[in-house]
Amino acid sequence: MAADKVDPIHQFHINKLIPIEIGGYDLSFTNSALFMVATVAVASAFLYLTTSSRSLVPGRLQSVSEMAYEFVGNMLRDAAGTQGMKFFPLVFSLFMFVLVANLLGLFPYFFTVTSHIIVTFGLAALVIGTVVVYGFMKHGLGFLKLFVPHGVPVYLLPLVVLIEVISFVSRPVSLSVRLFANMLAGHITLKVFSGFVVSLSALGTLGIAGSVLPLAMAVALTALELLVAFLQAYVFAVLTCMYLNDALHPGH
Amino acid sequence: MFVTSAFAQESAPAVEGGHTGTEGETHSGTGVPAEAHGMFPPFDPATFPSQLLWLAITFGLFYLFLKKVVMPRVGGIIDVRNDRITQDLDHAARLKGEADAAVAAYEQELAEAKTKANAIGQQANDAAKMEAEAARKKVEAALDKKLGEAEARISSIKANAMKEVGTIAEDTASAIVEALVGGKASKAEIAAAVKSVAR
Repeated sequence: MAADKVDPIHQFHINKLIPIEIGGYDLSFTNSALFMVATVAVASAFLYLTTSSRSLVPGRLQSVSEMAYEFVGNMLRDAAGTQGMKFFPLVFSLFMFVLVANLLGLFPYFFTVTSHIIVTFGLAALVIGTVVVYGFMKHGLGFLKLFVPHGVPVYLLPLVVLIEVISFVSRPVSLSVRLFANMLAGHITLKVFSGFVVSLSALGTLGIAGSVLPLAMAVALTALELLVAFLQAYVFAVLTCMYLNDALHPGH
Repeated sequence: MFVTSAFAQESAPAVEGGHTGTEGETHSGTGVPAEAHGMFPPFDPATFPSQLLWLAITFGLFYLFLKKVVMPRVGGIIDVRNDRITQDLDHAARLKGEADAAVAAYEQELAEAKTKANAIGQQANDAAKMEAEAARKKVEAALDKKLGEAEARISSIKANAMKEVGTIAEDTASAIVEALVGGKASKAEIAAAVKSVAR
């Protein structure tokens, strides 16, 4: 078990808490699922309880909820226009889910839901799926104009269309990998530096003196991770808004 | 893929190919899966179905909760506040308009009162002037009358005096004539002589 302490990968292990197996698929309630539930519970409780007084002049916590709401609302309106506001609940819940999941992951011993590619890919697939389904529903085959930019010479068209298609297909990949890689790398770095503190201080007086350096580094990294946690939630939401804009106005 | 049939039966829940034996063992419920075969946990496909399912459940519930409960509430709070602010601004604008109107009315009334006061002052001034003028004229007339009377009296006195002066001159002249010439001159001659001298 001693080796586990400094193993930076250990924090990403999935442990089954309630084993469930249906139709040959392993659908166990794991620590990952537990933290998804925790994320949803914390975010819902915060938004619900802070706004329960419905004060005309908001308190601190109520303003936080209102700020998050207006922040995402303005973001969506800027990117996709007033028509885009029908996706407000989707973008807001994505933003809050990712943000709270990232922030919860910063607590020691807590599992970070967004450090698993399948979770971020699931969210990205939801976004792209919404874009594709809504795009075809609203514009029919006109949605394919998304891949044909205006004012391109005919002999260049095949190349441009190919590039557009590739860029569209890579969107869910980049969207999910960006969030996943940021959270994974951040937590590994944090764990490595914290591991240095432990292993150095085991070396005696000199080691304890030397461990100050990685400790300071770990503190600084924690601050950085806090920023990254917010920033990645923001980036995820902004890109979602931009992709939704494509679904609403495919003709560039 | 190419496991023996006996082994395939043993790991009944048809694990995807690639990871043989060990995968089957981890699924038998020791509670520490992934670790056993040393795969990087986020890339372990064995955890995908469970994570996707729970993500769908939790995120789906979260979405519904936000859409049905939280967002109408927060949106409502913000709308109410915006309405209230607009209302208050309107109210303030109306009050300001009223205040401006009151100031304008006050100033107009002030200007009117000033012109009225000026008119009254002018009128009073004129009246006083006229009165003074009348009084002056009356006094002047009275003075003129008195002056005329005095002058008349003076001239009558003067005339009387002159008359007496003639008599005295006649007497004096007769006496002088008597003394110098020694005869008596008639009264009428003396009177004529005095008259001619006096003229």
